[in-house]
Amino acid sequence: MHRFANPTRFMRLSARILPWAAGLALVLTLAGLVWGLGYAPPDYQQGDTVRIMFVHVPAAWMAMFSYTFMAVASATALIWKHPLADFSAKAAAPIGACFTFIALVTGSLWGQPMWGTWWVWDARLTSVLVLFFLYLGYMALWQAIEDPQKASRAAAILALVGFVNVPIIKFSVDWWYTLHQPASVLRLDGPAIHPSILWPLLVMALAFKAYFVTVLLVRIRSEINLRKIRAMQQARIAEEVGFAAPPAAEITGRT
Amino acid sequence: MSEFLAMGGYAAFVWPSYLIAAIVMLGLLVVSVRTWRDSKSTLEKLQDGRRDRRRPRDGAT
Repeated sequence: MHRFANPTRFMRLSARILPWAAGLALVLTLAGLVWGLGYAPPDYQQGDTVRIMFVHVPAAWMAMFSYTFMAVASATALIWKHPLADFSAKAAAPIGACFTFIALVTGSLWGQPMWGTWWVWDARLTSVLVLFFLYLGYMALWQAIEDPQKASRAAAILALVGFVNVPIIKFSVDWWYTLHQPASVLRLDGPAIHPSILWPLLVMALAFKAYFVTVLLVRIRSEINLRKIRAMQQARIAEEVGFAAPPAAEITGRT
Repeated sequence: MSEFLAMGGYAAFVWPSYLIAAIVMLGLLVVSVRTWRDSKSTLEKLQDGRRDRRRPRDGAT
C-alpha cells in the first residue's frame, strides 16, 4: 500500500487512471440519462417525479461516501502523517459538498410536488443539512489557517468529529418518524424498487462514483503541485535572504 | 417530444433537478481542471527558473 502512497508514483499512476475514469463517467452518465429519462417507466404513484431519484439518490449516497472517504483519509493523515492522505481528504471535501448540495436541492424539488412542501425539519433532511455545513466548515478551516501542517491537523480533527453525523443520516429514517422514506435499495431483504427503475439508478450511481474518482485525482494532482510550488518559493526566499535552503520538497516528481 | 418535455406535468420539478446537478458538477470539474493547469504551469516556470539560476554564468566562479 505504501508503494502507491508515494506522491511520485501517485502522479504516474493517476495520469494513467484519469482518462479511464473520466471516460467511464461520461459514458455511464449518458447511458444513465437516456435510460432514466427516456426508458424507465413513470412510477404508479409519483408519476414522472420519480426521475428526480436518478440524480437525488446517487448524489445523496456520494455525499455520505465522500465524507466517509474524507474521514478515513483524515485519520490516516493524523496517525501516519502521510502527505497523500492529507491531500486526498482536502481534495474530497468540495466534491462532497457539491454532492450534498445537489441532494438537498433535488430533494426539495421532489418534496414540493410529492409532500407538498419544499422543506421540513425532519431528522433526515436536517442531518443532511448539517453534513453540508460540516463540509463548508472543513473547507473554511483549511482556508483560515495558513500553515498547511496546522491546517491539516485541525481540519482532520473536525472531519473525524463530524463523522458521527454519517450514521445519524443513514439511520435517521429508522430512528425517528420522518417524512423522508426509509431505505429502499440497501435493505437486508433486497431492494424494494422494481428493476426497471433500479438499473438506471445503479448506472447513475456508478457514473457519480466515476465522476468522484476523476475530480478527486485532478484535485490531488493540483494539491501536490501547489505544495511543491510553496516549498520552492520558500527555498528561493531562503536562498535570497542568505540562509541555507531547506530541502526543496519532500515531494518530487512530474507535474 | 412535447410529451417527453412535459414530464407528466412535473416538468418544473424534474428538469431543474437535472439542470442544477449538471451545472454544479460541470462547474466543479471546470474549476478543478483549471486549478490543476495553473498549478502545473506555475510549477514548470519555477523549475525552469531554478535551473537557469543554477547554470554558471560568465565569470562566475
